[in-house]
Amino acid sequence: MPRAFTPKVVTANHLLEGDVIYQTPTGWTRDLAQAEVLEDEAHADLRLLEATQQRDVVVGAYLAEVEPTDAGPRPTHFREAFRMRGPSNYSHGKQAEL
Amino acid sequence: MYHYNDFDTAFLAERNAQFRAQVARRIDGSLTEDEFKPLRLMNGLYLQLHAYMLRVAIPYGTLNGAQMRKLAEIAERWDKGYGHFTTRQNIQYNWPKLQDVPDILDALAEVGLHAIQTSGNTIRNVTADHFAGAAADEVEDPRPVAELLRQWSTDHPEFQFLPRKFKIAVSGSPVDRAVTKAHDIGLRMVRNDAGEPGFEVIVGGGLGRTPMIGKVIAPFLPKADLLPYVEAIVSVYNLLGRRDNKYKARIKITVHENGIERIRALVEDRFTAIKAQFAGFDQKLLSKLEASFAPPAFKTGNTKGYEAARLTNPAFASWSDTNLSAHKADGYAIVSISLKAHGATPGDATADQMRVMADLAETYAHDELRISHEQNVILPHVHKSDLPAIYAKLREAGLATANIGLVSDIIACPGMDYCALATARSIPIAQEIAERFDELKLEHDIGPLKIKISGCINACGHHHVGHIGILGLDRAGVENYQITLGGDGSEDAAIGERAGPGFSADEIIPAIERLVLGYLDLRDSADETFLQAYRRLGAAPFKAVLYPEQAKQDAA
Repeated sequence: MPRAFTPKVVTANHLLEGDVIYQTPTGWTRDLAQAEVLEDEAHADLRLLEATQQRDVVVGAYLAEVEPTDAGPRPTHFREAFRMRGPSNYSHGKQAEL
Repeated sequence: MYHYNDFDTAFLAERNAQFRAQVARRIDGSLTEDEFKPLRLMNGLYLQLHAYMLRVAIPYGTLNGAQMRKLAEIAERWDKGYGHFTTRQNIQYNWPKLQDVPDILDALAEVGLHAIQTSGNTIRNVTADHFAGAAADEVEDPRPVAELLRQWSTDHPEFQFLPRKFKIAVSGSPVDRAVTKAHDIGLRMVRNDAGEPGFEVIVGGGLGRTPMIGKVIAPFLPKADLLPYVEAIVSVYNLLGRRDNKYKARIKITVHENGIERIRALVEDRFTAIKAQFAGFDQKLLSKLEASFAPPAFKTGNTKGYEAARLTNPAFASWSDTNLSAHKADGYAIVSISLKAHGATPGDATADQMRVMADLAETYAHDELRISHEQNVILPHVHKSDLPAIYAKLREAGLATANIGLVSDIIACPGMDYCALATARSIPIAQEIAERFDELKLEHDIGPLKIKISGCINACGHHHVGHIGILGLDRAGVENYQITLGGDGSEDAAIGERAGPGFSADEIIPAIERLVLGYLDLRDSADETFLQAYRRLGAAPFKAVLYPEQAKQDAA
């Protein structure tokens, strides 16, 4: 049996800034908590396709697994947690800017 | 050192103008990412986890003060006020914005620097012994040859689409400080029986997922044959190297699969075919380059001030014991400036620190700086009478850590704090190990010990050749660290052996502490280094201290 689909968000890097962005129902955000959570696999694939087509805005869009919480989606893997936060050796990136 | 001629300057201006137009076309949507990516990579621009990253080449690790000052200016103006010196003697900026990169490249060109061929399947920045031109044990300064290779390989039309990247390292000394045996081509200067300088040519070394020690393809290559011979090697690899599988595409696999004898025969054939084409032009160019790398006018003078400062200032004495190396000129020393303050990010320097180092080079060190593959900065030519003044300035700038070659002088790749390929973080592990051994105050008792950390199997942190290597992996969604033991990047190069199961991020620092304290018990005297003890005793006693539970069970 195929594995059950787990919730995802569409994430990418911004073309000009290079930083991490997440898809919302109407555009893009730098705050994962504001991202659109995709619970349905077919819908997720469609949203990823739409993101990929915005090639003058985003680079390298993909689906990242999240855990929905009352405060919005949270990353399930440490790589996504670092992307959301920034590096651990300096207070740079999202942890300093958001 | 080498200064750009009109040709170099015009070439760079043209390349930068091309890239500026490519960036504009990417931003206005004319180029897709798939079309743009190979173009940006040819100019050293990566996209990483949090931002773009620009990798600037520092040819054979040599800089002058003006160049270092320009690196500082770029860090401040377009980045976050610092730069990261790498194991390839390059500098990386972690936060540039796409539209700023053409301006950064123009700024670099003002001082004869660029980011060309710091990525992609081309011949990369040629690296060299960071003590080149200064070391007491040197046959010859390897940098004229490195510069010859840089000029030959830059934009070489035959070698822009190799099966995979290609790295050349050159050493002029019997003591190998350039890890030549872990490069696609390693060149070690030697003399033949007649006393003439030439090269031992090593091919097919490399780290990464399939670590291999290079094999000698030519035990003595006359200096005059170098360029056609290297071209023959790359040419043979270009045709024979595998393009069907990225993981089998490096020349180490080509050599492994075909055997060194077959490769040698093919290279000899190709060398015979192309040698005449060089027609001595390369030798004329080389002799010009040798003139531009002529040693500076070393001064003479007494070193009483230095001796006196050693007696009166114990901190200075400790620093000079650890951070100085023997220079070929009387009264001179080579100064290694540690970028490994305990708890700091290995290889990082702030713009202010870069300017301090530039000032010191200009004032005291014949305007020369070197970047080592161990991620430190070198003042290669310092008269000992100037050392107390240099030390005072370094200390003010937080650059006087006395730990060169010791347990806290750790190589670490950027790891998952920055790198898109990483499977775990490296930097925090390096920071914690350095802080822990600083707390224990055992660093100088432990003596020479090289710890090297990579955040993925690609091994940018050279963990395979660390006396203690640490490899960060993703094990079922959790960071996990594997230890290798007994690696060596010197002329006695060896690949470390995996010690056993990996450790979690919480367990790895205590594990390294057990290992190092265990070594103190195992060594036969304070003069026996970690690596010597490991070679004498084998892995078993070290594994026993790393895995005490397992050792108890085995004993039961």
